[in-house]
Amino acid sequence: MRESTIMKIHYGTALAAVALVAVHILMRLTMGFAESLEYENVLANYKFVPYAIMLELILVLLAVHGFNGLRVILLELKQGRIYEKAVSYGCLAAMIGLIAYGSRTIIMTNMGLV
Amino acid sequence: MAQVSSIAEEQASTLKTITLRIARYNPEHDDSSKFMEFNVSYEKWTTVLEAILDVKKHHDHSVAVRYSCRQATCGSCGMMINGKPKLACFTKISELNSNVITVEPMNNFPIIRDLAVKFERLFDTHQKIKPYLIRDDTELESDAKEFLQSPKELEQYIQFANCIKCGLCNSACPTMATDSSFVGPQALAQAYRYVADSRDKGKDSRLKIIDESHGIWRCHFAGSCSQVCPKGVDPAMGIQFLRGYLLGFRS
Repeated sequence: MRESTIMKIHYGTALAAVALVAVHILMRLTMGFAESLEYENVLANYKFVPYAIMLELILVLLAVHGFNGLRVILLELKQGRIYEKAVSYGCLAAMIGLIAYGSRTIIMTNMGLV
Repeated sequence: MAQVSSIAEEQASTLKTITLRIARYNPEHDDSSKFMEFNVSYEKWTTVLEAILDVKKHHDHSVAVRYSCRQATCGSCGMMINGKPKLACFTKISELNSNVITVEPMNNFPIIRDLAVKFERLFDTHQKIKPYLIRDDTELESDAKEFLQSPKELEQYIQFANCIKCGLCNSACPTMATDSSFVGPQALAQAYRYVADSRDKGKDSRLKIIDESHGIWRCHFAGSCSQVCPKGVDPAMGIQFLRGYLLGFRS
């Protein structure tokens, strides 16, 4: 993939994440902080499908943005063909792993399996 | 005769001295660089290069320094002067407001000896971005005319054409310090110089060259390159304009 395409995704995910995390914070402000973190309230968030979809989107956006950022930092730290390939594929694998693990939590909780 | 001696006395009274600290390093013999100090007298118009040449003439002829035009045109005498990348021929001692002046080789360049550095990386990256007009036709054709350009079209790139390839921008760039494959502000500014030239038709190929993992996207927009340029070129601005092309804001 061209670096400009990757960076377009990088900037796009940052902007979208800021918007969605703002919505997420506003939703949390509808009740007290401690109350918001109570077990039942957290489960209720996951079971409310639109909110669960938003959390899933935030997970994907932050994972893509974060791991690409990490890739960029690591590429600037050290150079070399093998190292750069390892960093790029490593970050991609870690990103997919994190999204898969986070999605599993959201889906299972939404389906009442937790 | 009396008048001549009074002028000489007046000159002697206006002469001030500074301590010039010169970094000495020979990669073939030395493990690390060390500083040698020299007392040099100067007038208000004396440049750092003149002070170094004075040291070479009167104190130690073995000091290695690259210079040529002495008028900020050739870009040969770039060095760190009191911690900042500057042209030695373009920096007056009096404007530094310091009794001690430290000169070191430019950062981000391999040292040949003392103040002389290798320019291979700069020339390689400069060459990589195809620093010439690319066209399908050529002005060598028999009925060809000159490529006309309006003043407005000229304004788009003219400041970037002032680059003298002194390497001060690359020396000041924080990304150049860590990323050995980074194209660098000098080459990126020159890429913009030709991309923005209305006579040039090589925009796509040049954008492709800089659109790679160690290309334009590794610039953090620190802006140090623009601060140190002795010719008033603003590489940081050129880099942002190039990004505009790649992000689709400019065409």
